[in-house]
Amino acid sequence: MLEVNHLSKTFQAGSIHEKKALQDICLKVKPGDFITIIGSNGAGKSTLLNAVAGSFLPDSGRILLDDQDITFMQEHQRAKYIGHLFQDPLKGTAPHMSVKENLTLASLSADQKKSPFSWISRRECEEFQERLKTLDMGLEDRMDTPVGNLSGGQRQALTLLMATIIPPKLLLLDEHTAALDPKAAEKIMKLTQEIVEKYHITCLMVTHQMKQALHVGNRTLMMNGGKIVLDIFGEERSHMTIYDLMEKFADNSGDVLEDDRILLGK
Amino acid sequence: MMFILKTTLELGILYSFISLALFISYRILDIADLTTDGSFVLSMAVSVALAYHGHPVLGIVLGMLAGGCAGLITAVLQTKFKVPSIIAGIITSTGLYTINLMVMGYASQISLLKQVTVFGLLRNLGFGGNWYVAIFGLILLMLVIVLLRMFLSTRLGLSLRATGDNPAMVTASSINANRMIVIGLVLANMLTGISGALIGQFNKSADINAGSGIVVVGLACLIIGESCMHGRRSTTRNLLACFVGNIIYRLIYAIVLQTQFVNVQSLRLVTALIVAIAVAMPTIQENYRQRRMLRKETLC
Repeated sequence: MLEVNHLSKTFQAGSIHEKKALQDICLKVKPGDFITIIGSNGAGKSTLLNAVAGSFLPDSGRILLDDQDITFMQEHQRAKYIGHLFQDPLKGTAPHMSVKENLTLASLSADQKKSPFSWISRRECEEFQERLKTLDMGLEDRMDTPVGNLSGGQRQALTLLMATIIPPKLLLLDEHTAALDPKAAEKIMKLTQEIVEKYHITCLMVTHQMKQALHVGNRTLMMNGGKIVLDIFGEERSHMTIYDLMEKFADNSGDVLEDDRILLGK
Repeated sequence: MMFILKTTLELGILYSFISLALFISYRILDIADLTTDGSFVLSMAVSVALAYHGHPVLGIVLGMLAGGCAGLITAVLQTKFKVPSIIAGIITSTGLYTINLMVMGYASQISLLKQVTVFGLLRNLGFGGNWYVAIFGLILLMLVIVLLRMFLSTRLGLSLRATGDNPAMVTASSINANRMIVIGLVLANMLTGISGALIGQFNKSADINAGSGIVVVGLACLIIGESCMHGRRSTTRNLLACFVGNIIYRLIYAIVLQTQFVNVQSLRLVTALIVAIAVAMPTIQENYRQRRMLRKETLC
């Protein structure tokens, strides 16, 4: 469903700050895959997600979504098919607009058949309420509250719901629980798994937690220096422990995994 | 007394469209659109020039569209060529000065003497007795407010609001932020255009300097309205605040004119002060709060 062919990107090429963010990345994602991506800071995890989302144009290579070449498609056009969640919970919602308005916007813009002057009916509004109930955060009673008054966890849950209110072809999660407190993070992670499973959404998730990388989803990628150094799935993945993963990483990249955030995150 | 009330109401209603325009550009899109000064005179000139040649109704329509075109130029400068929004507005406004002179046949003022205006047409209809301007204006204003309220809850309207509210969110969404800025600025300047076109025919004249400072006056009215209506919470209240603010401002204006409490020449300064204080208020409050907290901490 998603195909990344020989994708490369160098930032600030030719200067002393030159950074080879992505080097000849090849990746084939099957429909319904839930892939976790792990790696130290600067490994290119977020850059890969941003390239797929279209935040920048790659130097070379191609990106295909459902056999359609989207390499040069603009970011806002891709966003109809691709949902993108960030670490910062403030990034995904409009603070001065109410919960209802945010959901309405998300739902109307995800549906390509809707005209620019379309609005939602009362029935659709009730559907939103039903969906909000599934978050189990009491948001269904706060439809008219400005989103800016909600907590980080609530905002991220709402962002997740907005991104999936009309299920996208592909969901990109860029450490979307990292800025939340542990309890909220756990809750959002659970919700993510539920929603992804329920609507069979294909998903790429960047994480810093080894345990999460192995136990969530069905395939794990490890990145280093802009390359995919490890790709595990199936039988091999189900028997793998965190220590195996670290060992494998050292073998494949010739580098020791020395990021505190990864080692300490259990 | 009746006369003062009538004029207050008439001017308040006719100028309300400018506050609505600023509500869209300044409050929703978070852009200080200085095109307003120029597009106001442009629409006034177009409207009066057409009325002069015997097409008052067409004058209003084309005046409004001319305002929209001015907004389009500012928006293109800003989105396609990345000119900072304030500079883009000033550039358009400056250029418009010459265009406005051209529209008025290179005269700094044109007046309608015997030519009929839309208000003349209404009076001839015998519509609303002596209050025909206020009644017609109010119907038009309420129609525009209702349409705007409906528009702001459509997909396009919500996208427009999100663009000003959280640019980071919009970049990652399927909303084309540049297109939203274009639509917003065109819409805002069309609203300014309605005001300009109506006021031109109401005063039976267009003056090249009629627009100077109009953006500050419009903003003052918007802010006065918001503080009276406790606005900024619901969109309906915000839109109505534009109307209320204008009426209050014109009432103050009329009182000042009548009582000579401040001389009329100083009114601009008073307006500027109102806007400056109102816009600075949140920062002043925040500073005061922080300083008080600091003092408390040092005492402990």
